[in-house]
Amino acid sequence: MTELLLRAVFTDNLALAYFLGMCTFLAVSRHLETAFGLGLAMIVVETITVPINNLLFTRLLGPGALSWLGLGEVDLSFLMLIASIGVIAATVQILEMILDRHFPRLYVALGIYLPLITVNCAILGASLFMTERRYTFDESVVYGFGSGLGWALAIWALAALRERIDESHVPTGLRGLGLAFILTGFMSMGFAVFGGLKFG
Amino acid sequence: MNDRLRTLVDPIVVANPVTLQVLGICSALAVTTSLTTALVMSGALIVVLTLSNGIISLIRKQVPSSIRLIVQITIIASLVIVVDQLLQAYLFEISQRLSVFVSLIVTNCIVLGRAEGFAMKNPPGASLLDGIGNGLGYAVILIAIGTIRELLGAGTLLGVAILPLASEGGWFTPLGLMSLPPSAFFLLGGLVWAVRSVLPEQAEPMRDANDAGPPR
Repeated sequence: MTELLLRAVFTDNLALAYFLGMCTFLAVSRHLETAFGLGLAMIVVETITVPINNLLFTRLLGPGALSWLGLGEVDLSFLMLIASIGVIAATVQILEMILDRHFPRLYVALGIYLPLITVNCAILGASLFMTERRYTFDESVVYGFGSGLGWALAIWALAALRERIDESHVPTGLRGLGLAFILTGFMSMGFAVFGGLKFG
Repeated sequence: MNDRLRTLVDPIVVANPVTLQVLGICSALAVTTSLTTALVMSGALIVVLTLSNGIISLIRKQVPSSIRLIVQITIIASLVIVVDQLLQAYLFEISQRLSVFVSLIVTNCIVLGRAEGFAMKNPPGASLLDGIGNGLGYAVILIAIGTIRELLGAGTLLGVAILPLASEGGWFTPLGLMSLPPSAFFLLGGLVWAVRSVLPEQAEPMRDANDAGPPR
């Protein structure tokens, strides 16, 4: 489990090793404050949606999942994609309502990022990887949290770097997007180094 | 140039969805370790983008604006499932290498972006052309990066040896970095730099002193 967590955070980092959520990653990393909110929202949503999708896959849509209904040979896994999207959209919507009702301060901090997350490929990607690698329920909780945390760490670091770099003189064509790509490349190399960690 | 042709050609270079609009980057980087996967992915995206633009444009007057996003996502997701199943049936080995990235076309911002930004406002013919044009613009970037990464990372193109490898008596030592994720970031960063140096009007302005932070 520790290994799965560390791999999800560092070596298999969704943003830096699988390029997921790049659009949002580059667009929202100009200011540390917004990046911080988005990172938090990402951790929360990943930790909730990946396990839910895991239950959906193992209890309803995966191969042999319907055996409790006597339909053991039915395989609905092609519906997994559209079902995951539904789950993510619904979770985000419900989370938004709960936060608005019970935690107004948190809602103000995270509110504007939640809708953005619905169409973020990192969220969908984590659920699809979970399905493809056939994680158990416990593993999916750890993987969901770890991949969210990894993505958040990456965007916090990049936002901190970009705030500084915006002050300096950069060749015209490289300004903004170009340099953000190259910085992300270096961060990706840095995160990949954690691949050398060994566990007991 | 007439309007139709412009709709088709503009997104390929001048208004490229990847380098200018910063859309659809996730998959653009992930599937470019070899030219084969880049080509298949481009094909899949062009099909989905063209059809979704066409269909959404056909029904644009019937869909109430409050539920339009859900309708768009459902149409796109259905098309993606069809494409994914076709790839698994006929190109199984490549679909394994593309892994989850074909499914992730659903959340590719180019598709939803063009549906929302173009197909909802324009007739089906123009929307189809816009879909093909933007798909080709995405394909150009993927093919460029895929070619460089496969050629320098493995000495091959489409699996055919181009540069003779040192390990087999040739002179070329593969650059291991090219097959790892960081190289994709460096290459795309360099490409954006090149495009913006040739077309300086696309460069981003210096940060404004008054731009203190996010809107509160």
